[in-house]
Amino acid sequence: MLRAQVITIITSILFLGLVFRLVVKGKLREEYAIVWLLLTGILVTFSFWEKGLRLLSDAVGVAVPANLVFTISIFIILVYLLHISLVASKLQHQNKTMAQEMALLKIEMAKLKDKVSA
Amino acid sequence: MKILVIVPCYNEQASLPKLLADLEFLSLPTKYELSVAVINDCSKDNTAEIARSSYATLINLPVNLGIGGAVQSGLKYALQNNFDLAVQIDGDGQHPPKELAKLITCYEETNANLVIGSRFIDKEGFQSSFMRRSGITYFRYLNKILTGQKIYDSTSGFRLFDRRAIRLCAGYYPDDYPEPESLIFFSKAGLVIKETSVIMEERNGGQSSIRHFSSVFYCLKVTLAMLFSSVRKPDLVC
Repeated sequence: MLRAQVITIITSILFLGLVFRLVVKGKLREEYAIVWLLLTGILVTFSFWEKGLRLLSDAVGVAVPANLVFTISIFIILVYLLHISLVASKLQHQNKTMAQEMALLKIEMAKLKDKVSA
Repeated sequence: MKILVIVPCYNEQASLPKLLADLEFLSLPTKYELSVAVINDCSKDNTAEIARSSYATLINLPVNLGIGGAVQSGLKYALQNNFDLAVQIDGDGQHPPKELAKLITCYEETNANLVIGSRFIDKEGFQSSFMRRSGITYFRYLNKILTGQKIYDSTSGFRLFDRRAIRLCAGYYPDDYPEPESLIFFSKAGLVIKETSVIMEERNGGQSSIRHFSSVFYCLKVTLAMLFSSVRKPDLVC
């Protein structure tokens, strides 16, 4: 086994362990964990099964197998980043609506308090 | 007719007392009943205290939402409390309350859904800097291309909303730099937009939300927002 392979395997497994721990502790929601688990899974698989990576690279016409790993990983990360921006936009919208509702409710509450004490 | 004056404020302690006093002693035709709502967009100064100790209703936002979110809060308040008309008057003293009568007159004459107070029809009063006027001219043409309507002062926040416009904006209103973008949104929703000449003043205190290098960003952001708005169906946004 190559030294690079060993390092990749160890890092990927450590990362996988971290994602698992975060989900178990409830700090990471499952839907966000899916992408990370998938990505790490692919890395671990091809770290062990080097021949498979070479076969796949030949099939799609990529000369250096490592480049295939990079290309696919970067693409998945891009899609994931877009997803995160989507989540942020949604949260911002919900946050705005909530802040406005709160401010308006406070006024209603003050009116009611006045009525009760009067 | 119940009119709500919406005063969005961010750190406007310097200009707010005079504005509130001007509004309190404003004389309008007797059929209009005026209320004032100060929207404090999480100011760091005494804006909230000034508004609380006055006759105005204070809408105190717990987090900073930006001008669009603040104005929309006021419009939601107008909708919930059954106001017939709503007018946005910025907290910095740029929009003299006595000019409000002109917006109302225009509304009465045209029955438009939205009346914009414009600095540039008669070119009276504070005309803003050259750079800003160039930007506004650019938006005028962009607006013309996208909606076919000619609006001189598309960045003016001095606006009167009727019931239909209030309802529409309570549902959707852009967050930051909302004025030019919302015009596209209104046109697409089929609102009638009219413009009337008003005299504006230079701000009394505080700072504009658009400064320095960010003006390039402002133009870009607004251009993008206008383009997207022009291809979006108005009922698509919630």
